[in-house]
Amino acid sequence: MKGFKGRDIISISDFSKQEILHVLDTAKNFENYRNPSLLKDKMLATLFFEPSTRTRMSFEAAMHFLGGRVIGFSDARLTSISKGESLWDSIRIVEGYSDVIVMRHPFEGSARLAAEAANIPIINGGDGANQHPTQTFLDLFTIYKSKGTIDKLKVGFLGDLKYGRTVHSLARALSLFGAEMYFISPAELRMPSDDIEHLKKEGIVFHEVEDLIGTCPKLDVLYTTRIQKERFPDAADYEKVKGVYRVDNSMLKHVKPELKILHPLPRVDELSPEIDNSPHAVYFEQAANGVPVRAALLALVLGVAE
Amino acid sequence: MKELKVTAIENGSVIDHIPTDNTFNVIGILKLDRHDDTILIATNLPSKKLGKKGIVKVSGRQLTKDEANKIALVAPDATINIIKDFEIVEKLKASLPKQLVNVSKCFNPNCITNRDSVVPKLCVESARPLRLRCEYCERSMTQKDIQLV
Repeated sequence: MKGFKGRDIISISDFSKQEILHVLDTAKNFENYRNPSLLKDKMLATLFFEPSTRTRMSFEAAMHFLGGRVIGFSDARLTSISKGESLWDSIRIVEGYSDVIVMRHPFEGSARLAAEAANIPIINGGDGANQHPTQTFLDLFTIYKSKGTIDKLKVGFLGDLKYGRTVHSLARALSLFGAEMYFISPAELRMPSDDIEHLKKEGIVFHEVEDLIGTCPKLDVLYTTRIQKERFPDAADYEKVKGVYRVDNSMLKHVKPELKILHPLPRVDELSPEIDNSPHAVYFEQAANGVPVRAALLALVLGVAE
Repeated sequence: MKELKVTAIENGSVIDHIPTDNTFNVIGILKLDRHDDTILIATNLPSKKLGKKGIVKVSGRQLTKDEANKIALVAPDATINIIKDFEIVEKLKASLPKQLVNVSKCFNPNCITNRDSVVPKLCVESARPLRLRCEYCERSMTQKDIQLV
């Protein structure tokens, strides 16, 4: 296993099974953990070239709980980027002010470029439609906590499997843990061929289906996603598929008692609020898990946890 | 006596067994449009292996192994003969390297390499069939997605 000190967190594909498990074990130690001296004198820079609430706030909360400080921006229009500064230059400038950088950027590959530019760790908070590795770590952590394992589970992915980057990354990560996967979506929103090829190459058992009710009784975990209106080039295509699936009390009649339902949030109408208090729903815990997982990643890359 | 369809060169390189449709892509990869010595280009020549092939003869430039490897992107069967005083002094075989730097753009318009001033880097996942992966945005590309820099 590679050491974590000074390491960039760019793509879930950069991590082995053993390394993923190490992050999850470390995150467990950071649950409800407050230690104002652990990251004392450490500075996190949050560069959000695109809007974010959960990712940015949970990183900030994690840093504050561990005694660190935060600088940054969440509107690139107010920065030198609006004057035409390259990303490379922006990163070189900001690394002079901080010990670690979390960045969200609209262009795919921007996080990898930032990591090349910087001598301090870069954590990818989402690069376009490509990767959002800290979300994948917290999704895995939620499964790990709620199921007691992430090995050999039957996992359903529901909704927008074409544009949903959280789905692509989680499926890749779960392929390391022998999951059997069910991709439940309208034909227009199936998993990209790249990801399907990868699963085939890895010998993963998976099924592409459209029927939620017929599939849900088999599942240990259901990962639900919003059908993202903003990703559709044509509004008419969105209208055809919006609201096609709904996870509600009537669906829960068909599932295993121990099924856990995750959702990266925000939700629209695919996840009925009537199931929020059901033992199946773990999506608010999932959002809260962002703090211990991101605290663990900050502590690991800053070298205060091993 | 065998008829030569293109004249022999005294010093330089002869690139043979290029798929005929990719002959001008080889010119592009080697940036021969900026070369100021003689270049002989033949396309649609009969070939047992390829059906039709192209040949490029470049006077005054001896290709390196790295350049031969870049040609493999569009001409995986290409052979390169290095000529000195009308004699072949070295034979190179095109073979794709593990990484292609500044040879082809990433085909993803939303990739940072197409938005900022960044040298594209592609990792060769498979030579046949050709499968490249952008080292930045992680998208996979095939032969049809290649856009030479």
